[in-house]
Amino acid sequence: MAAYILRRLWQMIPTLAGVILLVFFLFKYFGGDPAEILGGLLATPDQIQAIRTELGLNDPWYVQLGIFVKSIFSFKWGNSWATSEAVSHIFATRLPATLTVMIPILLLDVVLGVVAAMAVAYVRGSLTDRTIMVVTTVMLSISFLVYVIVGQWLFGFYLGWFPVQGWSDSVLTNLSTYAVLPVMLAVFVSLAPQTRLYRSFFLDELGQDYVRTARAKGVSENKVLFKHVLRNALIPVLTNVSVQLPGIFVGSFLLETFFSIPGLGREVLLAVNRSDYPVIQAVTVYLAALTMVINLLADIMYRAVDPRVVLK
Amino acid sequence: MSATTISGKALVPARPERSAGVWTTAGRRLWRDRVGMVSLGIVLAFVLLIIASAVGLVAKNWQKEIAVPDAPPTFVGARAEQSGAAAIVSLVPKDAKPVDLSDIDPLAPKYKEWNERAAKIEVAEPPRAATLLFGADRLGRDVLAKAVKGAEISIFVGLFAAVVATLIGTVLGALAGYVGGKLGDFLEWVYNVFTSIPDILLIFAFAAVLGRGILTVVMILGLAGWTGMYRQVRAEYIKHRTREYVRAAEAIGVTHVQRMFVHILPNVSHVILVRMSLLVVGFIKAEVILSFLGLGVPVDQVSWGTMLSEAQAELVLGHWWQLAAATLLMALFVTAFSLFTDALRDALDPKLR
Repeated sequence: MAAYILRRLWQMIPTLAGVILLVFFLFKYFGGDPAEILGGLLATPDQIQAIRTELGLNDPWYVQLGIFVKSIFSFKWGNSWATSEAVSHIFATRLPATLTVMIPILLLDVVLGVVAAMAVAYVRGSLTDRTIMVVTTVMLSISFLVYVIVGQWLFGFYLGWFPVQGWSDSVLTNLSTYAVLPVMLAVFVSLAPQTRLYRSFFLDELGQDYVRTARAKGVSENKVLFKHVLRNALIPVLTNVSVQLPGIFVGSFLLETFFSIPGLGREVLLAVNRSDYPVIQAVTVYLAALTMVINLLADIMYRAVDPRVVLK
Repeated sequence: MSATTISGKALVPARPERSAGVWTTAGRRLWRDRVGMVSLGIVLAFVLLIIASAVGLVAKNWQKEIAVPDAPPTFVGARAEQSGAAAIVSLVPKDAKPVDLSDIDPLAPKYKEWNERAAKIEVAEPPRAATLLFGADRLGRDVLAKAVKGAEISIFVGLFAAVVATLIGTVLGALAGYVGGKLGDFLEWVYNVFTSIPDILLIFAFAAVLGRGILTVVMILGLAGWTGMYRQVRAEYIKHRTREYVRAAEAIGVTHVQRMFVHILPNVSHVILVRMSLLVVGFIKAEVILSFLGLGVPVDQVSWGTMLSEAQAELVLGHWWQLAAATLLMALFVTAFSLFTDALRDALDPKLR
């Protein structure tokens, strides 16, 4: 096990190096001149030159790459170009809001998705099953935007059940008041594709020989479904969750924009609109690293769920 | 080299009972699929519509202000006169005269001159309809024309981004799968780098450096979305590389490039086609979201995404038609395209079921 983890960590190094190179050269050769972005429209050539010297833009590219790598590993990204807020401070203050919204979404998604998928798989082939499949196909074709626009209007504005937008300092108030509508909408939208996907996992397992054997020896249908099928179907479910997991840190930038939630996703979007390169670069590099770690954790979790899995 | 191939073929006598090719049988299977054919019909209707809109047959004047602002759809009926403005006017007694301020107003001497000058300028106020077939937006533009023009841009972006992603994914996947070795390892590394960054951040990073515009959106989506195609094409090439027909081609001296793109590619093209149509749907949805966020099409263009972003403010005022028009057209196209993709997959790859 330890050898496996060490080897996987070792394999991450070239990938992470690639991410760093990609981000560095993307912004260096395709992005605008940082000095002109920082200087603004009224900057004189002297001022631009001064900024260039300060940022080290006149150095050869490998020196700049060195500075870039150093800032990644020392966690010192300096300040945001737009607001002069320290990038590390942006991370620390925006992440809690994002997680407040995204963790309930992920949990509800998985639990409701598995329950709904089991129910649909149980009635497979029937009219209910087919109706649900058609409805989910149509629901999937409507943009997420439409659900959020209509949901915010209906529940926030027209019916007035929830605040249209807002955020407070207390996590409890946020969870009970402000996060309810965004979480509900996100779960509502993702439930359809989630159910479709999980249904296929369950159907795959239901066709297996061990299910027939269990039925043949007289195990009750409930026990077959909950004990035998559920445990086996959880493996692909876990894979799917681990694919989604890194996403909860960027959050749904759409939800954050719509509901004015001061989270990381909205911050990244603002940074893109302001050409605030340090923020985008930092978020991209760190999330890539996080994604790799989460993938490793998911692989280790397989072993916990299914003892037959051999890690090599 | 090609001479060998031709003479090699000539030696084999033409067989009359040639079995139907993969495309013919797939076409027959697709023809029998009723859902697939109906959705293909809808998709083709959309294609005709966007061609007509691209050459200017329909929705040419979508930017013209032809109705009163926020004119409702015809079937809803014209809106009653604004009661708010009437209420303000009625506060002032009818016989009241405006107070004469000309003694203290420093601009008073100039009013006459300005009025004369203003009279010289011709102002054409085009007739504005009170209602339109499917209503008008904030500026009085026809929502239906906008939705058609928006369909043109959104579908164009979706299709071309899918073509870009398919080109990148196929070429790299073919190289990695066919050549393998050091090059394959390198391409695997590139693939790992791209997949380790969450999709949306990759798109944002590209958007931050590449700027705005329709072609930029196509490039951004294509550059961020090729990895799935690469993976599948690579797997197919690894499978086909050692097949007998490829070895036979090698034996008669066909070059590597020809073996990759003339011999193997047609045999994996159905996989590419299915994967590409999945990409189209994904990219149309992505374009809508990017345009909504202001990272997509520029302001002088219209797409389903920009329509939705306008609709957000309109909905609060009770003007639902722009939202409905964009949503309906998009849902219709995306549903039809997804169902067609399913039918296509079933027809091309019956083993997959």
